[in-house]
Amino acid sequence: MNENFIQINGISKHFGNVKAVDDVSFSIKEGEFFSLLGPSGCGKTTLLRLLAGFEYPTNGNLLIDGSDITALPPDKRPTNMVFQNYAIFPHINVEQNIKFGLRKLGLTDDEIKKRVDDVLALVKLEGYEERFSGQLSGGQRQRVALARALVRQPKVLLLDEPLGALDKKLRDEMQLELRTLQKEIGITFVFVTHDQQEAISMSDRVAVMSEGKIQQLSAPNELYKNPENIFVSDFIGETNFLKASTKSKDGDHINVAIEDLGDFKVKNNLNIPENSSDVVCSVRPESMMISRDKSDWDICLEAKINQTSYLGEMTRFYVEVSGINKVITVSSQHFDNQSFENNTCFISISLEDISLLQKK
Amino acid sequence: MNEKNNSLLVYTLIYFGFLYIPVLFLPIFSFNDANYMSFPLAGFTTDHYEEMWSKRNLHKALWASVKVGVVASVVSTAIALLAAKAFVRYKFRGQNVSYGAIMMPFLIPEIILAVSILIIWINLGFPLGLVPVTIGHILFCTPFAMLILIARIEGFDFSLEEASRDLGENAWGTFYRVSLPLYLPGIIAALLLSFIISFDEFILAFFLSGSDATLPMYMWNQMRFVKKLPHVLALGAVIIVFTTFIVLLAFWLRNVGQGKEKQDIAIKL
Repeated sequence: MNENFIQINGISKHFGNVKAVDDVSFSIKEGEFFSLLGPSGCGKTTLLRLLAGFEYPTNGNLLIDGSDITALPPDKRPTNMVFQNYAIFPHINVEQNIKFGLRKLGLTDDEIKKRVDDVLALVKLEGYEERFSGQLSGGQRQRVALARALVRQPKVLLLDEPLGALDKKLRDEMQLELRTLQKEIGITFVFVTHDQQEAISMSDRVAVMSEGKIQQLSAPNELYKNPENIFVSDFIGETNFLKASTKSKDGDHINVAIEDLGDFKVKNNLNIPENSSDVVCSVRPESMMISRDKSDWDICLEAKINQTSYLGEMTRFYVEVSGINKVITVSSQHFDNQSFENNTCFISISLEDISLLQKK
Repeated sequence: MNEKNNSLLVYTLIYFGFLYIPVLFLPIFSFNDANYMSFPLAGFTTDHYEEMWSKRNLHKALWASVKVGVVASVVSTAIALLAAKAFVRYKFRGQNVSYGAIMMPFLIPEIILAVSILIIWINLGFPLGLVPVTIGHILFCTPFAMLILIARIEGFDFSLEEASRDLGENAWGTFYRVSLPLYLPGIIAALLLSFIISFDEFILAFFLSGSDATLPMYMWNQMRFVKKLPHVLALGAVIIVFTTFIVLLAFWLRNVGQGKEKQDIAIKL
């Protein structure tokens, strides 16, 4: 398998003074489900459009499967795209939409028919050949868009937030289906989304983007467990930040003074230097324990519950810890709104669950 | 409440009366067996219509109007299409100025446009005739055509063009297979309306046609002779029917396909 199937080398795209994509370099593996994740305006869609050929980079070059595509127009690239609004041609029916891109591939009528039949079966749209876009539901349109792109057998399929327009239940179904489909056909997928849950659940690897730069590129579980900076830690899931400063190193651990809490020894995965005051500690709400009684965990603090919100599978508590001038979020599956007398509780933290991050 | 509704109804009837009753006199008198437009009616005849067949100059003028109308509508629609696409699709320097410049003939009095073209044309040493009339009509029709096409193109989803490029079509293939079929109702509506505007146009033709009369010029010339009035009435009646039909067709076409998505029933997955 080609580790450098798609190579993005020093790509920048400027619109006037805005650096939509700012000197980005990375590679995507062959057959990978790769996601570009970030808030709106982070440059993820621009990067996808650069790959598709709808925009040309200000700097840098792009390679797919070893050949330079930087200057090629969209119709000459081995990529196909599923658009955010699906862009189904309204004046022709489903079958003609799917055949649209086959005209210039020099196929025989039999080959065309076979490809169309195969792809219709793949996206489960048999029997819908005669329908027009106006007669299809959102989910069906999405399948037509997918079929229309896949029928050309591209080397890379680009997907621009294809699930954004669907309702939640359908979206969850399609997530699973897309993932299965990708594994089945083995085409490299580059998927753009602002939904972190979507990216984490579907992808082999995720690139988190912000302000035109890649903040972190890793497997989904790494993003969650070992965020490399404050942005990623904040964007993926929820977290509490506590001000801190580092002291002396101790092997792969480091001594830190967490504001209002005292001195602790935590792991130092990011190799943060000694005596730095530009650091924060991040603790996930679900890694903390909330209890009626004091625990023997590394850190146990008496707290007062400010507010609770019941979320079904868990309850989220917003607590005030005496001595800390900040509301802490804790979630628990074991307690609900009625569990605590006078709103007093204890929250416990294990040092292993504290991630030390550097401020930018 | 009721009273108010009734007064509005009366107003509406009076309004439409003022608008259409004079127009109705034209076909009525065109079937009247008399040379004067006056009551009581003298009897039914189709002589005035038959008379039209024998008028050589009328045929010549009709042909002149058709030629001018076809050229003016095709050229102004083509210009309007390119301009409308540019205005809707792109943001560029001088956009408002060029939009204003194209719309100008729509706003300035036609007689000023006519006199300006006349002066330039004569100073260039060219003869008057159908050519300057056509040029004037192109200027005059382009803003109308552009307004129709902008309305059509504004509802156009440009990701359809990107999808076409993405699926292997070059710029021309995309225009031919995606943009043109989707713009087509708007293009035909623009063609029909510019044709009608050119076909009915009098002031520019009056100043610029020289001895090559267009149909409105012919009618105006005939009005000076009492005996020739009746067949002009017949001609007018025919033109009214023809124009109404074309305008209705254009308005119908303009809306074709626009509301389609709403009408169709989305079938749940």
